[in-house]
Amino acid sequence: MTELLLEGRDLKKHYPVTKGLLQRTIGWVRAIDGISFTIEQGKTLSLVGESGAGKTTVAKAVLLLERLTSGHILFEGNDVYNFSKSDLKTRYRPSVQSVQQNPWSSMNPRMRVRDIIAEPLVVNTTKTKQETRQRVLELLDQVGLAPNQADYYPHEFSGGQRQRIAVARALALNPRLVVLDEPVSALDVSIRAQIMNLLKDLQEQYNLSYLVIAHNLATVRFMSHSVAIMYLGQIVEYGDAEDVFTQPLHPYTRALMSASLLTLPEDEDQSISPIILSGEMPSPLNPPPGCRFHTRCAEAMEICSKEEPELRTVGNHQVRCHVHEDPGVHPESS
Amino acid sequence: MSEVVLRVEDLRTSFFTRVGEFKAVDGVSFYVKEGETFGLVGESACGKSVTALSLLRLLPEPAGKIVGGKITLDGIDLMTLDKKEMREIRGKKISMILQDPMTSLNPVYTVGDQIGEAVRLHQQLHDNMVEDEVISALRLLRIPAPEQRVHDYPFQMSGGMRQRVVGSIAMSCRPRLLIADEPTTALDATIQAQYIALFKDIQKQTGVAIIFITHDFGVVANICHRVAVMYAGSIVETAPTSIIFKAPIHPYTSALIHSVPHLDRRDDRLYSIEGQPPSLLNLPPGCRFAPRCPEVMDICHKEQPPTVEISDGHSVSCWRVK
Amino acid sequence: MLEKDSDSETAAKPVISGLSLQARVLRKLTFIIPVIILSLIILMAIFADLAWLGLPDVRLAPFDPEKISMRDRLMPPFWAEEGSTDHLLGTDKMGRDILSRLIFGARISLSVSLLVILITSFIGTVLGILGGYLGGRTEAFLMRITDISLAFPPILVAMLLAVSMGPSFTTVVLAISLLGWAPYARLIRGETLRLREIDFVAQARIIGASPFRIMLKHIFPNIINPLIIVMTLQIGLLIITEASLSFLGVGIPPPAPSWGNMVNDGRNLVDTAWWISTFPGIAIALVVLSGNFLGDWLRDKLDPRLRQL
Repeated sequence: MTELLLEGRDLKKHYPVTKGLLQRTIGWVRAIDGISFTIEQGKTLSLVGESGAGKTTVAKAVLLLERLTSGHILFEGNDVYNFSKSDLKTRYRPSVQSVQQNPWSSMNPRMRVRDIIAEPLVVNTTKTKQETRQRVLELLDQVGLAPNQADYYPHEFSGGQRQRIAVARALALNPRLVVLDEPVSALDVSIRAQIMNLLKDLQEQYNLSYLVIAHNLATVRFMSHSVAIMYLGQIVEYGDAEDVFTQPLHPYTRALMSASLLTLPEDEDQSISPIILSGEMPSPLNPPPGCRFHTRCAEAMEICSKEEPELRTVGNHQVRCHVHEDPGVHPESS
Repeated sequence: MSEVVLRVEDLRTSFFTRVGEFKAVDGVSFYVKEGETFGLVGESACGKSVTALSLLRLLPEPAGKIVGGKITLDGIDLMTLDKKEMREIRGKKISMILQDPMTSLNPVYTVGDQIGEAVRLHQQLHDNMVEDEVISALRLLRIPAPEQRVHDYPFQMSGGMRQRVVGSIAMSCRPRLLIADEPTTALDATIQAQYIALFKDIQKQTGVAIIFITHDFGVVANICHRVAVMYAGSIVETAPTSIIFKAPIHPYTSALIHSVPHLDRRDDRLYSIEGQPPSLLNLPPGCRFAPRCPEVMDICHKEQPPTVEISDGHSVSCWRVK
Repeated sequence: MLEKDSDSETAAKPVISGLSLQARVLRKLTFIIPVIILSLIILMAIFADLAWLGLPDVRLAPFDPEKISMRDRLMPPFWAEEGSTDHLLGTDKMGRDILSRLIFGARISLSVSLLVILITSFIGTVLGILGGYLGGRTEAFLMRITDISLAFPPILVAMLLAVSMGPSFTTVVLAISLLGWAPYARLIRGETLRLREIDFVAQARIIGASPFRIMLKHIFPNIINPLIIVMTLQIGLLIITEASLSFLGVGIPPPAPSWGNMVNDGRNLVDTAWWISTFPGIAIALVVLSGNFLGDWLRDKLDPRLRQL
C-alpha cells in the first residue's frame, strides 16, 4: 500500500474585507471553504477549476506561503503547523518544492542558470562547490538541457526551456512532492507536450508526487491519478481521474468537460449538445445560499437553493450535489 | 451565394531592425467569405498576429512594413488607400478584438462612452440616436440590462463581460470583417464556451466574416469553418476544419494535432515535436519546417515547396505533395 | 493570461529601432557629450594638484587658488582689453586666479557630492529594502521617519547645522546627508514592494531562503538599475545645494574656492567684474545639465518605467 504523503483536512482560508478609517471587517472572502484531499507518494492529484475557484490558494497553503484560517495540513501524518522552525527547514521545505506558471517571472533575471538551480542546495545543504556544480549538471541533464547552458541567463532561453530549468530547480533537493501551478499553460502547444512528457517521466523515475493546479482538463487527464474539481472555494467532485472523467456526475464538471471537448461541427448533431452555462461565477465574498453552483445549474431543484450539499460517495467517487446522488440515474457525457 | 469579403494575395511583412530584417510574414494568401469564420492557427512568432495587424495597416512604424502583396476588401485594394481613407475603413468595415479585455478598454471612460466613440466616428447620428446604437450594440452581445450597463466602468465588470463590451465596440458599426486575435485565451473555459456560442449567433445574424486567430484547437474546432496553419511566417496548410483534424497532410499540422492531449481518452505519452521554430532573422533556405520534420527529404532543405491545391478548399505547401 | 514570448529566439530579444541615422546620432550625442564634460571635470578635480600623491608642486591649475595678489586684482579674462594670458579667466577682488579657483573648486564640489551620494544612497537603500520587504511595523516606522525627513526644508536644516556646528567641509556633508537619504528610501521601498510580489521571490521562500538572503541576493541586484539612475540625477541637485549653502555663507568656509563661494564673491560686482560669478556659474550649469542628461539617458536605457521622475 502506498503511503499517504500529504493530507489536507477541511482547509479554510478567509480574507477579511475591511472598510473605513478604522478598518472594520464588513465581510469575508471565502477563498477556500473546507477543502480535504489526500496525495499518495508517487501519484498526482490535480485541482481543477476556473479563476476564483480557490485552487491557487490551496497551493499557496501547502507551500506555506499563506496561513490557513482553519484546517490541517498533514505531512507524513504530522500537522505542519506544529512543526518547529528547524523541522520546517529540514523536513518540510526540502520535501515540498514548486514549479510556477510563469517562466518569465519565476527566475531572478540577474542570476545565471547554474546559480538558480544551485540555490536550493546552497541554502539547505553543506555541499562543497564541486559537489553542487556536479549536482547542477546532473539536473540539467535530467531535464534535457546541455551542460554549457548552465552559464547563461534566463532571458537567453525560450519559455519551454525556462520551464525545464524551473523543474531542475524543483528537483534539486530530491523532493517528495512538487506543486505545479499551471506548469504548461504559458507555453506553446508543441512545447507543452515536451514538458508534460518530461514531468511524467520524472515522476516514474523518482516516485514523485505532484499537486497540479490546472484549468485545462485534457492536460489534467493526461497527468493525474486523482482529480478534485473545484468551484467557488469547494470541491464539487473528487476521485480517481479515470472515474471522474468517464462518469462525471456534477453538472459543473460536465459543463467544464463540454467546454473542453474538441467537437467538430459535423459531429455536433451526433454528440450530446454542448452544455453552456449561463451567468458567471459569483463572487467568493457572497456565495449563493445552499449549493454554490445552483445559480448556474440547469438541473437545480428547490432544495439546491436552501441546503448546502455535502461531499458524498456516489458510485466510485465523491460528489457534492443534491441532484446527482445516484450514478445509475444520469447519462454520461463522453 | 456568399461572396468573398477579403482576399489576401502573397502578403509579405517584415520588421527592419538594427540586427536585420525579420520576415514575420512571408508570402501568405487566403480569402474569407461572408458569414464564414476563417481560423489562423499557429504557435508563437508564426506570424498570425502580424498578419492581422497588416490587414489593418496598424504595424508599429517605422520598423514594421508591408513589403509586398495585395489585400482586397470587397474589391478595394487596401494598399492603395491613404491614411485618412484607411482610418475610415478601420472600425467600420474591418474591426478587431484583442486578447486582453482589461487593457483593450480605457479605465477612465464608461462603457457607453467607449462604444459611443466608435459609433460617432463612423456614423453621422444625433446624440440621442447614438445612445440607441450603443444599447443595440450591447444587446447584440447579450449583455444583460444594457440600459444600466451603459454607465458602468470597465473595472465594475468581470472579464467575460468586458470582453463582450470589447465585442460591442467592434460590432457597433456592423463591420464586414471582424478580426479576433486570441479573444478567448484569457477567459475561463465555461465563459469561453459562452462567448464562442455568442459569436456564432452574431455571425448568423449579421453575416460578418470573421478571422479567428488562436493557438487553441478546441476553439478552432468549435467556431472555424476553414483553417490555415501557419509556421514561421508562412501558411503550410489550408483546409476546411474537419479535414485539418481528421486528415491533415502537412507534417507540421499533423504533429500539432497529435501533440494536443485528449479529454475523451487517457494518453500514456504525448506526441511532441523535437526542436524549436527557426529564427525569423535567419530563415533556412528551403522549407522552414525541414529541420524538425519527421518526413523530410533532400529537396526540403534546398527549396521552398510551392502551394498546391489538392481539392476544393484544401491546399498544402509540402514537397511530399505534388 | 500571459504574454507569450517567442519560442524561436534563444538569443536575447533584438531591439526594434527604425530610427533615421540623424535621430540615432543625436541620441548618441546626448550620452557622449555629458560623459565628456563630466569626465573632464572629474579629471580637473583629480589633477588640480597632485599633493595627495606627494607631489605638491605638480599642478594642473596655473596658480595657488588661495594666493592673494593685490597687484593683479580684478583682471578680466584674457580676451578683454586689460586681460593677460597669465590669468586666462581673470582674477577676483583679492587677485586670486579664477581659473585655478575653478579647477580646485571642482574638487571640492565633486567631493561633497560624491560623499553625500554614497552616504545617502547607502542609508536610503538599506532602510528602503528593510522597510519594503519586512513590512509591518518596521515598514511603518521607517516610512514615518522618511516622511518626516522629507517634510523638512533641506537648506534651512543645513543652515541650522552650520550655525550650531560651525561651517566646515564635514558640516556641509553632514547637513546635506541628514535629509538626503529620504528620497532614496522612498524609491527603493517602492521597488522592493514590487519585487516582493514577483514569482522568483516566492520561489526563494519555497526553497527556504532566509529574508536576509532574499533581500541581499534577490531584491538588491534588481534595484541597482533605478538606484544608479537616481544617483546620477542627484549629481546636479547636490552641486546646486552645496553651491547654495556656500553662497549663503553656511557652506564650505572661505577662502576655500567652492563654486558657491566664488559666485558669492562676485555677487556685488556682477555689473563690473562679471567674470568672477559667471565662470563658476557656467561650471555649475554644465555639471548639472550633464548629470541630468546622463541620468535621463541611463534611465531610458535601463528602466523606462521611471519616466515620470
